[in-house]
Amino acid sequence: MKILVPVKRVIDYNVKPRVKADGTGVDLANVKMSMNPFDEIAIEEAIRLKEKGVATEVIAVSIGVAKAQETLRTSLAMGADRAILIQTDEEVEPLGVAKLLAKVQEEEGAGLIILGKQAIDDDSNQTGQMLAALLNLPQGTFASKVEVEGDSVSVTREVDGGLETVKLSTPAIITTDLRLNEPRYASLPNIMKAKSKPLAQKTPADYGVDISARLETLKVVEPPKRTAGVKVADVDELVAKLKAMGVAA
Amino acid sequence: MKTLVWVEHEGGAVKDATLSAVTAAAKLGEVHLLVVGEGVSAVADAAAKIAGVGKVHVADDAAFGHALAENVAPLIVELMGHHDAFIAPATSNGKNIAPRVAALLDVMQISDILSVESEDTFTRPIYAGNAIATVKSKDAKKVITVRGTAFEKAQRDGGSGTLEAVASTGDKGLSSFVGAEIAKLERPELTSAKIIVSGGRALKDGPTFEEVIFPLADKLGAAVGASRAAVDAGYVPNDYQVGQTGKIVAPEVYVAVGISGAIQHLAGMKDSKTIIAINKDEDAPIFQVADIGLVGDLFKVVPELTGKL
Repeated sequence: MKILVPVKRVIDYNVKPRVKADGTGVDLANVKMSMNPFDEIAIEEAIRLKEKGVATEVIAVSIGVAKAQETLRTSLAMGADRAILIQTDEEVEPLGVAKLLAKVQEEEGAGLIILGKQAIDDDSNQTGQMLAALLNLPQGTFASKVEVEGDSVSVTREVDGGLETVKLSTPAIITTDLRLNEPRYASLPNIMKAKSKPLAQKTPADYGVDISARLETLKVVEPPKRTAGVKVADVDELVAKLKAMGVAA
Repeated sequence: MKTLVWVEHEGGAVKDATLSAVTAAAKLGEVHLLVVGEGVSAVADAAAKIAGVGKVHVADDAAFGHALAENVAPLIVELMGHHDAFIAPATSNGKNIAPRVAALLDVMQISDILSVESEDTFTRPIYAGNAIATVKSKDAKKVITVRGTAFEKAQRDGGSGTLEAVASTGDKGLSSFVGAEIAKLERPELTSAKIIVSGGRALKDGPTFEEVIFPLADKLGAAVGASRAAVDAGYVPNDYQVGQTGKIVAPEVYVAVGISGAIQHLAGMKDSKTIIAINKDEDAPIFQVADIGLVGDLFKVVPELTGKL
């Protein structure tokens, strides 16, 4: 069974985003970029399934600028077998990404497609569910445990009230939550090896998919700022404040 | 515009998240509701009483018992033949189902909206809430999820919606429900609590977390939350997590205990009315957003606070 893992190059988890002064977006010039953390978890899960003998091949795919190659090389260094870059300078929305991925899946016929549940830049949380819809496949979103059993897969999902387990027929779409696993660091020898792994270069036109934006961003602004308040010296002062607020009797 | 709002319910009751979604929908026009589940007549009756609602579509069938997206999305797509917008609260059900509906309708979803600017223009948080985008949808139909903390709750009574049964679109046979571990809450629910006490990694382990945080929460009648670090470390289950990818909360009072204040955590709670931070590190970023800060050892300070309340 092949596993397809879409990965996205995003602002690094530890960088505080700055809104551009002209209100057109977030300033990404000279900002550290990394693989979306949820996608790292997706790659890790796929590699573990390969190590267990469940999967035969792990294919990483990214849609984005030429530099998304770096993200794909990271996937290869972690243990993916090959990569596909669908290169575009356009910002592709989740719907467009899902349409492209559906075409990739038609070619690859993967048994599982594992995606991050959301990208930490646009925070949409849509692509996996949309891909499942377009391919008419089942979806196990926000997964904290994945167990492949023959031609089905059990997915434990993190939901509002706790955990829920669903059984899906394969092929299936899975989106990862934080507790699914802890992604490995690529070792230096594996980083070197990744350089010679195959990376196919494509464009959206190769797949005949219209990726034009459906949402127009009119402006991007900073949220209202909170300012630091007061520091109290001790518990008594805090209790007095709480009483004044009516929180404590 | 005619909107169809997903009714989030549990144990026969309509959840608060639905009421915020109704308020958002009302800004677009006529509000119709969709109650999906198995044995949901009590929910449907309660939904019909929500102020301002018109029709309440009720899809009561075994295939809908656990709100599996594979079964529910085709039903919604059918109903969207005569609605202009589908609106769901950004709950785990809403987030699971809405994008599947959007893709089937060939619509780009607008996630987690904070405001309705006009029929086609909305604001939404991006980059963990460090930026707010105003977006205009070019799609003829809209699919939207709503951030509950950004909208007032519609009144639970005063409405007189009419119930209308919807024929089941059946079980698509793609997925099945196996089981759930849903925590029995002895305290208020995080997303609707007026007061929240949250703990971070500094709480050391599960038993210590319970020993320190729970009595304070109970004294205040508060819900209990946690940072990602505390959940990852296994102190408390996943449903306690407050943050960018966990629950988004905005209570009257948020008490952060031993939480440093990573941007991902702040994303989930910075709209709280009053933030109180207790941390031994006076340079912790949480103090930059806290209204009231207390620098001190939480193992001493929190029990003292609990005792004095």
